[in-house]
Amino acid sequence: MSLTAHDSDLRQRAWNAAAQVVDPEIPVLTIADLGVLRDVTVHDGEVEIAITPTYSGCPAMNMIAVEIEVALERAGFRKPKVRTVLSPAWTTDWMSDDGRRKLKDYGIAPPQAGSGRRALFGVEQVACPQCGSTDTETLSEFGSTSCKALWRCRNCREPFDYFKCH
Amino acid sequence: MTAASITVSETPLVLYVLRRADDALVLGHRLSEWCGHAPMMEEDMAMANMGLDLLGQARELYGYAAKVEGKDNDEDTLAYLRDVRQYRNLLLLEQPNGDFARTMVRQFFYAAFSDLYWRAMMASRDATLAAIAAKSEKESAYHLRHSSEWMVRLGDGTEESHRRAQLAVDDLWAFTGEMFAVDDSERGLIDAGIAIDPESLRTQWLATVARVIDEATLKLPANDWMQKGGRIGHHTEHLGHLLSELQSMQRTFPGATW
Repeated sequence: MSLTAHDSDLRQRAWNAAAQVVDPEIPVLTIADLGVLRDVTVHDGEVEIAITPTYSGCPAMNMIAVEIEVALERAGFRKPKVRTVLSPAWTTDWMSDDGRRKLKDYGIAPPQAGSGRRALFGVEQVACPQCGSTDTETLSEFGSTSCKALWRCRNCREPFDYFKCH
Repeated sequence: MTAASITVSETPLVLYVLRRADDALVLGHRLSEWCGHAPMMEEDMAMANMGLDLLGQARELYGYAAKVEGKDNDEDTLAYLRDVRQYRNLLLLEQPNGDFARTMVRQFFYAAFSDLYWRAMMASRDATLAAIAAKSEKESAYHLRHSSEWMVRLGDGTEESHRRAQLAVDDLWAFTGEMFAVDDSERGLIDAGIAIDPESLRTQWLATVARVIDEATLKLPANDWMQKGGRIGHHTEHLGHLLSELQSMQRTFPGATW
C-alpha cells in the first residue's frame, strides 16, 4: 500500500499534536521527550497512535492515552485511536537530550547511561541536580512514581528524585 | 446477590499464562497490604511500587490468557471471578506478610527467580510472552536489588532482626522448590520453545541466594523437602482470605466500575 501525500501530511500533523502531550507526573517532559510516543499511522484519514509504557503498571498511561485523544481531536482528527505496544521494551536510552536537560532543570537527576541495573547491590553514582555534587546516596530504589528513585545529596543535604536507568 | 465464578478452558498455553498472571497478582496484592503500614515511608513507597509493577505484569498476562482462550473472559473476570481452587499461583507468594523480614525473604526468593525467569523468557517463540518478559525483567532486577539489600541489612543487623530473618528463611524455604517444578502441560510448551525449563535456572538461582544469604550472615536451610500444589489449585489456607478481600467488590456488586 502506498502512503498518499495527503496521508503523509496528516501523519506529520498528528505526530506534532501527540508530541505536545506531557507526562502528567513530570509535566516538563512531553511523551516525545520520554520516548513513550512510538508511532503514528494514518489510514484513509483515520489516525492511530502507538505508545509504550515506561513500567508495566505505570498508572499515567491511561491518562496519557486520554490526553492524546483530546490533543488529536483539537487538531481536527475524528475518533483517534491509541494503541499500547510492549515491544521493543521502553528504555531510558530513548529519552531525548532535550528531555534530560529539562529533567535536570526541573530538579530530577536524569538517567545515567550505562549504569549497573544488573548489579545485585547498588553501585551508581548520580550527580545532585541542585548543586552538582556527586557525593550522593540512595535513600530508596523506589520513589514517588514507578520511574524514579529517592536520593539525597551529602553536600547540599537536599533530597532529590533520580529518574532510574531502565 | 453475588457474582458466580467463571469457568476457564485451561489449554496448556492458557494455563501457563494464568499461572504467571496469578503469581504476579497474588504477590502484588500481598505487597499492597503494606500500604500505610510499612516501618518507614521509603519502604511503604517501595512496596507499593513493586506491587504496582506486579499488577501491571498481571494485567498484561491476564489479557493475553483471555485472548488465547478466546471466550468471554477478560482480565477482570479472570482476576475477580475465579475461586480459590481455580487460582494457579505459587504457594510461596500467597504466604502472609508476617513481619517485615518475612515479607523481604519471600520477595527475595521470588525476585531472584523472576529476574532469571523473565530474562530467559525474552527468547520465547511466543512474541507476546517475549514482549511481556522484556518489560518484566527490567522491573524484576530492581525488585531483586531492593530485597537483596534488605536481606543483608536484616540478617547482618541486630540480634533481633537476624533472628527474624533466619526464621523466615527457614519457614519459607520449603516453598521455593515449586518455582522449578514442571508438569506435563508445561513440558509440551518447553519443547515448543514457548516456555523455558525452570530447571535450567536452578543453579544460578541457588548461587544468587547463597551469596546474599552468606553476605547477610544467615544460613541456608539444610532440609530439601519441598511443598507444592499451587499450580494445580491446592493452596494453603491463606489464599482464600486474600481473595475474599481482593474480590469482595466485584463479587458483591458484579461489574461495578468507577
